[in-house]
Amino acid sequence: MPVIDLAASASAPRDPALSLPQNASPRLSHLRILEAESIHILREVASEFERPVMLYSIGKDSSVMLRLAQKAFYPAPIPFPLLHVDTGFKFAEMLTFRDEMARSVGAQLLVWRNETAIAAGTNPIALDTKRCCGLLKTQALLDALRYYNFDAAFGGARRDEEKSRAKERIYSFRDNAGQWDPKNQRPELWNLYNARIHPGESIRVFPLSNWTEMDVWQYIHQENIPVVDLYFAKERPMYVRGDALLPIEQAFVARLGEVPQLVKSRLRSLGCSPCTGAIRSDADTIPAIIAELISFRSSERANRAIDHDQEGSMEIKKREGYF
Amino acid sequence: MPTVMDRTFSIDEFLAEEREKDLFRFSTAGSVDDGKSTLIGRLLYDTHSVYEDQVRSIEGKGTTAPGQIDFALLTDGLRAEREQGITIDVAYRYFATPRRKFIIADTPGHEQYTRNMATGASTADAAVVLIDAAKGVLIQSRRHAYIASLLRVRHVLVAVNKMDLIDYDEARFRAIERDFKVVLDQIAADTGSPVESTFVPVSALAGDNIVHRSDAMPWYKGPSLLELLESLPSSQDTRTSPFRFPVQRVLRPDHTFRGFAGQIASGTIRPGHKITALPSGRTAEVARIVSFDGDLAEAHAPLSVTLVLDRELDISRGDLIVSSHAQAIVARYIRAALVWMDQRPLERNRRYLLKHTSQTVPAFVSAIEHRNDIATLKHEPAGSLEMNSIGIVTLQLLRPIAVDAYADNRSTGAFVLVDTETNATVAAGMIRSASVDISDGEDSYTTVEGPVTSVERSARWGHQGGALELSGPPKAVDAIERSLFEAGVITQRINTGDELFRFHTGLLETLTNLHVRSGVLALVITVNEGDQLTIRVGDRQETFDVSNRAAAIAAVHQVLHNASILHDVERVGL
Repeated sequence: MPVIDLAASASAPRDPALSLPQNASPRLSHLRILEAESIHILREVASEFERPVMLYSIGKDSSVMLRLAQKAFYPAPIPFPLLHVDTGFKFAEMLTFRDEMARSVGAQLLVWRNETAIAAGTNPIALDTKRCCGLLKTQALLDALRYYNFDAAFGGARRDEEKSRAKERIYSFRDNAGQWDPKNQRPELWNLYNARIHPGESIRVFPLSNWTEMDVWQYIHQENIPVVDLYFAKERPMYVRGDALLPIEQAFVARLGEVPQLVKSRLRSLGCSPCTGAIRSDADTIPAIIAELISFRSSERANRAIDHDQEGSMEIKKREGYF
Repeated sequence: MPTVMDRTFSIDEFLAEEREKDLFRFSTAGSVDDGKSTLIGRLLYDTHSVYEDQVRSIEGKGTTAPGQIDFALLTDGLRAEREQGITIDVAYRYFATPRRKFIIADTPGHEQYTRNMATGASTADAAVVLIDAAKGVLIQSRRHAYIASLLRVRHVLVAVNKMDLIDYDEARFRAIERDFKVVLDQIAADTGSPVESTFVPVSALAGDNIVHRSDAMPWYKGPSLLELLESLPSSQDTRTSPFRFPVQRVLRPDHTFRGFAGQIASGTIRPGHKITALPSGRTAEVARIVSFDGDLAEAHAPLSVTLVLDRELDISRGDLIVSSHAQAIVARYIRAALVWMDQRPLERNRRYLLKHTSQTVPAFVSAIEHRNDIATLKHEPAGSLEMNSIGIVTLQLLRPIAVDAYADNRSTGAFVLVDTETNATVAAGMIRSASVDISDGEDSYTTVEGPVTSVERSARWGHQGGALELSGPPKAVDAIERSLFEAGVITQRINTGDELFRFHTGLLETLTNLHVRSGVLALVITVNEGDQLTIRVGDRQETFDVSNRAAAIAAVHQVLHNASILHDVERVGL
């Protein structure tokens, strides 16, 4: 039988069925390319794993990820459940929004809380933020993944968020204790992802790896994706401490005699209310938020207590099993 | 970048401009002291892509003179690498200019991390190769250029760095340019893939010719590195190439809709186009291109869409839908360049899993043509490939798949190999040629002597020898045999009702043992016309109603797995 030597063709072949487009459609924008890449990842995971789940944190990145999942499987429903790890310190508006979103996209929503730790009064002031996160987020997440026996979990993390995330794979391998070893990750070439795992091991998948904060907001704007109202500037009661604005959601945050003030403000990223600072802002529309983003001189996680507690703290948390 | 303070700034105009931006990916690599991290840090800093808090967190640290920022610290991420002072893995960086969004795959230049360079280059539109002007062309620069060429990164931008250390001397720059062009020509002759090279004299530390053109080198009239990156064409635009669409998933929300979901690997598709599904070769016309945002009149690479065809075709995940006018090759034999990426060297005739587009197929390397020495560009005979070495091999697949040459298509011409025991990704492959059948003699050369052992067979076939007793109606028995065949198991039927066994007592057992010892799965079959199927391996026995065929098949695979006969159960039926 003849060997067909594909390399023999001197130049890349063209499709003879295609008349060269005179009115060529404009080149694809970066958002369309990122969208196509993320949808490819979502479909790969849904097809190659037995029990995938999507970590839904209610924030802007989760909102984008959820929309991408709708697009990936349309007109079929999203073929995996959503999982929210509730620390008990989420803003009330977030929980209402979460339930409404799950209903409107027709996805199954699972909520997991570390009830033992919550009942024991765990909070970031009684403990430090590191130990509080360890119990209410990391431990809760690992327990939930084990309880439901999920072998793949989507997260909305982006590589541009924080230095230790810049080297994260799209398929991030976790051993059977859910832990991350930065030196034992699989090479990822082209768009070929290695989904093979032994029983008990799992993969965290980051379909938004290549998106930036700016891409996320532009996509939300372009696609009219609903986001929690806390992102938009409004007069809100806050404890004001120097430059920091602390939401009054939890009473224990207040110092003795501290009185909240009304400040026109918004949240740049959504976390637990005791550890998420607001910023002074007039941005009450998405274009205004994007305009504000251009003028920002600090990164989005700067308002989160957890990353700068300790040099390399995100990397340590990830090794322990955090997203 | 505009600020809201600009009176002329309009958010609507800004958003309109943003919508026009495309995406450009490039890789960087260099030796430990080439100043690569400094170059990237400079690129990010000068395009206003780092925030003040990030700059504050590195001020006063690092090894630069007081008052200067050590830009390298902006990009060195992990604790482990900071402790060692070298970058140890591919890191991705993001920045944008008013013209483009950029993704940098920043790969370490340490010698043992060739695999990282290949990872970074696999998706890159361009490669930035660094050369230290004071040291001239070193092995790392050659290595990076070689890998860029091998992975068909068309544009190589050669940044001759540390020009400030040689007094911005044009003669030294020209000499490096001359030397390295010779190297690039030699590399192209070896890989068969020429690159378009551009040389830029830069100083990352001083910021010369990185973002802004430099006054320090009036003899250089060309663009800065960033200007070049802004003007190069993106290689993702393959809309005039033959249509290739690997099926990721069949969407069947109800009995009225059956669509094939995937990402267009190359080309353009419109309703009415004739397509062929491979490997089956069946044809149909595209009826609809479905998306969440409505049906599309046209779609091209790299969009993710769902195709609905005008007739029922049996297509599943892993199939390749192609233009009927420009088909791919359905192949069982592949000649490919391999980059070996695992501690454990390549073992010839050992079974690996080959992942290509959306499918995985068992495969083994039947011959190693040669190993490429990147330093000397010589070809050496090799019995194996070690970590970070590159060679040309012949692979034999246990099932045919549809492929293109990597030279024609960076998506349908690429694959990775996965180790079936450790699950590690052990190699990256680029298809040179492919065929349905091996030509005479091509796989006959071998250096191993002596009879083929059951260990060798087991390594190739992915299972041990064993005996599976089946009694039941013929159709149920056939289904079990077929499901094992699909999973790549080598089976041999032995029919207990055969005349032979009536006259030779002990022959059945002898024959079965012979098969087991040689690594084959013997199917010892007793046919009857009942509605029960009984399966037995050793002392494990289970009986199923024949109407529940799926359960029987699953049980057979499980029992064989438990008996350690199958050690590589593949997921089927996706």
